[in-house]
Amino acid sequence: MMASIISLRGVSKYFGHFRALDDVTLDVMAGETLVVIGPSGSGKSTLIRCINRLETHDAGDIVVDGFTVGDTRQLATIRAETGMVFQNFNLFPHMSVLRNVALGPVRVRGLSWVEAEARARKLLVRVGLEAHVAKYPTQLSGGQQQRVGIARALAMEPKVLLFDEPTSALDPEMVGEVLDVMQGLARTGVTMVVVTHEMGFARRVADRILFMCEGRIVEQGPPTTLFDTPQDPRLRGFLQAVLSH
Amino acid sequence: MGEGSTGNASFETIALMSIFDTFLNWSVFVESLPALLRGLWITVGLGLTSIVLGLAGGLLLVMLRLYGGLPMSPLAIGYIDVFRSVPVLVLLIVIYYALPFVGIRLSPFWAATTALSLVSAAYSAEILRAGIEGVPKGQFEAARAIGLSSIRQMTDIVLPQAVKLVIPPLTSNSINVMKDTALASVVAMPDLLKQATQAQALAANPTPLIGAAVIYVILLLPFVRSVGLLENRLNRRAR
Ligand SMILES: Nc1ncnc2c1ncn2[C@@H]1O[C@H](COP(=O)(O)OP(=O)(O)OP(=O)(O)O)[C@@H](O)[C@H]1O
Ligand SMILES: [Mg+2]
Repeated sequence: MMASIISLRGVSKYFGHFRALDDVTLDVMAGETLVVIGPSGSGKSTLIRCINRLETHDAGDIVVDGFTVGDTRQLATIRAETGMVFQNFNLFPHMSVLRNVALGPVRVRGLSWVEAEARARKLLVRVGLEAHVAKYPTQLSGGQQQRVGIARALAMEPKVLLFDEPTSALDPEMVGEVLDVMQGLARTGVTMVVVTHEMGFARRVADRILFMCEGRIVEQGPPTTLFDTPQDPRLRGFLQAVLSH
Repeated sequence: MGEGSTGNASFETIALMSIFDTFLNWSVFVESLPALLRGLWITVGLGLTSIVLGLAGGLLLVMLRLYGGLPMSPLAIGYIDVFRSVPVLVLLIVIYYALPFVGIRLSPFWAATTALSLVSAAYSAEILRAGIEGVPKGQFEAARAIGLSSIRQMTDIVLPQAVKLVIPPLTSNSINVMKDTALASVVAMPDLLKQATQAQALAANPTPLIGAAVIYVILLLPFVRSVGLLENRLNRRAR
């Protein structure tokens, strides 16, 4: 039986008077790979950034793995249980690749540096970067940096992984290597919420796709249903626009 | 100070002496050197103490300003603005000559250290703020996303990157503090400048003043250089 690991109930978020999220209700099941699509400005980033409280929601309730987002005493736990991968990688430029990955486990999980670096090495092998552990982020290609970003998120052994357009800043020839790593992760049973414009990936990997528009979830369903028989005219327009690229 | 202390040396005698005998007189220099070095020691002690205290104060101020919330943040801003407006010399004289009226009597060393640190803290705070604000927003977000505490975000992620950005302005601030230590001679602090003016009066010759000037330069040049090198190294590591 699957249980909901992320739950949003009537969540709204305002930037000034602008409503970026409008009464969003959503359950993400443990182990599910949820892909979020939608036009620019539709609130996709805001949605996932509210889940780990990089943004604060103004109304409604968000619960992650039983912890209430917004309760300051539970913030540290929620941040530790949710890993995030950013569009621009946001690696720490003053630390080696190994340290980037080992830092969180040491500072947040209380591992020793030796334990954390052993864990980091394993993860870097898994994302194909064993040869680059001693380098600094700027010595790596974009695709390599993003794989470090994924390893850094995984090092916390989070229950939930949030991806905000992880391939949008990459040169086209590097998109594949990052998507491959993500596809591998989806099979491991970790819960993933992925904002992306990669429709091929969404179709192959997603358990469910969410289409957002103007801060609302307009339509959702399994990839085949959503891509092959879209109902909402806005979704049809969006799919036409992205697939004709 | 020139006319009074060179005493009865007339224009004719000066004209007879060579430039070297007047301004770079070796025996006067050697005689005054021990006093100058004693002064140098005090200048360095005063400068370093003030730089360190100013940095610590600046760090505290910038944290209060950026993250202190409602009562603290505006107070920090007020402090920073006031102490960037007041001339160090005025502050020093107030501390040394006015505070005794309310029962606070500081030695020349601590009066000068207090004045220099209070002002340096304000400048350091502004410099550090520019450095912290120069660290990209994504760095804060990544640090928060992996769950680092606010203190760890600062010490592990933000400050190490801010340091790189603030080294040049903190260098010029530190050099300014070091140079401003000369103001302490007005509260009878036997620093390098004070020793030089006394030795000049004693020898009736300006050589000690030239010596002091040269010592200031020798003191600060390697400081400027080594920080420049450190900055290059940090740059190479991060770029
Ligand atoms: N910090 C902010 N301040 C003000 N407005 C914001 C802020 N962040 C986002 N917004 C606005 O909220 C809306 C939703 O933004 P969001 O970043 O969630 O969109 P998105 O769906 O991720 O778009 P994109 O595909 O361009 O990344 C946009 O109109 C955006 O301009
Ligand atoms: Mg976005």
